[in-house]
Amino acid sequence: MSSRERVLGRVRRALADVPADGAPVLRDYLREHGRRGADETVELLAGNLADYRAIVHRCTDAQLPEVLMRLLAAHGSQSVVVPPELPPHWLKAVDATRVHDRAASTPQDLDRVDSVVTGCAVAVAETGTIVLDGSPDQGRRRITLVPDHHVCVVRVPDQVVSSVPQALERLDPVRPLTWISGPSATSDIELDRVEGVHGPRTLEVVLVEG
Amino acid sequence: MSGTHLGMPSFPEAARDAVHDPTLRGNLRHATHTIRDKRARAVAELDDWARLREAGKRIKDHTLRYLDRYLVRVEEAVTAAGGTVHWAADAEEANRIVADLVKATGESEVVKVKSMATQETGLNEALEAEGIRAYETDLAELIVQLGGDRPSHILVPAIHRNRGEIRDIFRSEMGEWGRPAPEGLTDTPAELAEAARLHLREKFLRARVGISGANFMVAETGTLVVVESEGNGRMCLTLPETLISVVGIEKIVPTWRDLEVFLQTLPRSSTAERMNPYTSMWTGTTDGDGPRTFHLVLLDNGRTDTLADEVGRQALRCIRCSACLNVCPVYERAGGHAYGSVYPGPIGAILSPQLRGTGSEIDASLPYASSLCGACYEVCPVAIDIPEVLVHLRERVVQGGPAVRQGNRVVLKPARGHAAERAAMRAARWAFTHPGALRAGQRLTSRTRRLHPRTLPGPGRAWSGSRDLPEVPAEPFRDWWQRTRDGKDGAK
Ligand code: SF4
Repeated sequence: MSSRERVLGRVRRALADVPADGAPVLRDYLREHGRRGADETVELLAGNLADYRAIVHRCTDAQLPEVLMRLLAAHGSQSVVVPPELPPHWLKAVDATRVHDRAASTPQDLDRVDSVVTGCAVAVAETGTIVLDGSPDQGRRRITLVPDHHVCVVRVPDQVVSSVPQALERLDPVRPLTWISGPSATSDIELDRVEGVHGPRTLEVVLVEG
Repeated sequence: MSGTHLGMPSFPEAARDAVHDPTLRGNLRHATHTIRDKRARAVAELDDWARLREAGKRIKDHTLRYLDRYLVRVEEAVTAAGGTVHWAADAEEANRIVADLVKATGESEVVKVKSMATQETGLNEALEAEGIRAYETDLAELIVQLGGDRPSHILVPAIHRNRGEIRDIFRSEMGEWGRPAPEGLTDTPAELAEAARLHLREKFLRARVGISGANFMVAETGTLVVVESEGNGRMCLTLPETLISVVGIEKIVPTWRDLEVFLQTLPRSSTAERMNPYTSMWTGTTDGDGPRTFHLVLLDNGRTDTLADEVGRQALRCIRCSACLNVCPVYERAGGHAYGSVYPGPIGAILSPQLRGTGSEIDASLPYASSLCGACYEVCPVAIDIPEVLVHLRERVVQGGPAVRQGNRVVLKPARGHAAERAAMRAARWAFTHPGALRAGQRLTSRTRRLHPRTLPGPGRAWSGSRDLPEVPAEPFRDWWQRTRDGKDGAK
């Protein structure tokens, strides 16, 4: 007997006398917590991102190139990884060398790059979370992991939802997803929170209107 | 379960060490109280908490009722998405599968993200026996591994180590495992975290095989979910070419939508955050992004035996948030090591004796490692009635009776007169005679009060006149038994 058959057989025997469970799960919990207009939802996102130590900036689409230029310069970045289809105008004012992520580039190559700039799939206001789904304006997962500085651009209010249930509705489970709520952190040493362990130690989120 | 902790002293003997170690007690107290208070605030932010908790319980109960169906579905979905599914009836088989998969890659080292399932199977030791070195990459697990130690808390496995001890371990051991600790390393948490970052980075960047567990797997889509804080999980899940995930069969949820419940309750219950820093979700393999090869090892190892127990099966709802540890007066005093397994605290007291059986002294004593105060039930985000299961398992230890072991129906003998019984009674006495534990235990809710035995079962009766138990009124065991069983039947 294969282990598959053995395990399934044990499960079936264990459940032999258990009555059927036909009732659907009652989903009477809230779809979102509190009522907010679109602007208030964006405010909440900004507040919760900052609460978990992401650095939040706000600007219009026209200001975005300059903001990104300033952020990379302020971080002292000489090089920046660019996802395959980042809107070209975003980085038009940036001085840092653009590094394109290629299939052949190794983690060590990425480790030598200072920053990465991406878009996102959705942002969750109640939890202060941005979600990446590997779309062409975000690139594969490693480019937002190995460099030490991640700048993520969120279009507001379109890409912002209030809650986790609303975010899941918008996401495609087939895509590789990364939910990011502030920079990496650990509380493993006497429960003192230390920001920045293995992921990017600096997370900046730019909320762009228009 | 693995033999790692076999030969463990029973609960009260192991607990004694912790009670007499002031550093450990101080660390534990500080840690559990800090998380406990923060958690209460994080939970209070959601005014539908009770409904989320009920939905979580229902989703898990429904999944367990149709576990065979959902297992087959997850297998289909993962396979369709490019993964390969393996089935392991026990720890040894799981370790064998993983070792063979690693060997097939030609690699002799792997990076691991914290996984309770692989601790349960003793995977690291099994790999080492095959000449494969497994590097733990979670900071706390790293501290534990470098210190030649065992984890003591689900969420904060190195809770028993303070910063000075961690610095000393890093200084003396890091060089043995790879990049040594930086010169002049001090004991500030930020510097220690930086030392870990540097030490592990070279390992992540060159790793070709990653090993993980998963917090959830979604049957309808084949998606696996790992919830973490440090980014070591992301490193292990995305940089290697081969990913092997060892996941207990109870980790399934039926639908994508079900995650909306647990992604709200788990972070708030465990780290007391609105959301943990990183959550990774992947479905099979993705061209050009992440591992090219993905293996899922579905682990039984006593879970189906647990499933066969009408009262005990609710333990399989556990999402390993560790909230029950942080509120437990017995855990706070005894420390995680006293539980003799990778699952400490109240959940360990009901899970280990079910996964492993109650044959050994440690496992027979675990159901007694509690004052039945009910705080664990109150905080549990999937409403596991831990006191109910404890009472049920005590009945099994004392009276024996039918059970399922490794898929076979057996009739357990009563522990009467055996070493196991003596261990159990000592554990009961331990829990009852620690004034702090008892005091906390007396702040009972009316709900759990009826499950609270006022005297000790079996030979414990003989102690009721002793000075150790002044507050325990004499009540014949028979009466106590009757009363608690009635309580149990009335509870559901
Ligand atoms: S038993 Fe409940 S509270 Fe304890 S770890 Fe499991 S889910 Fe959390």
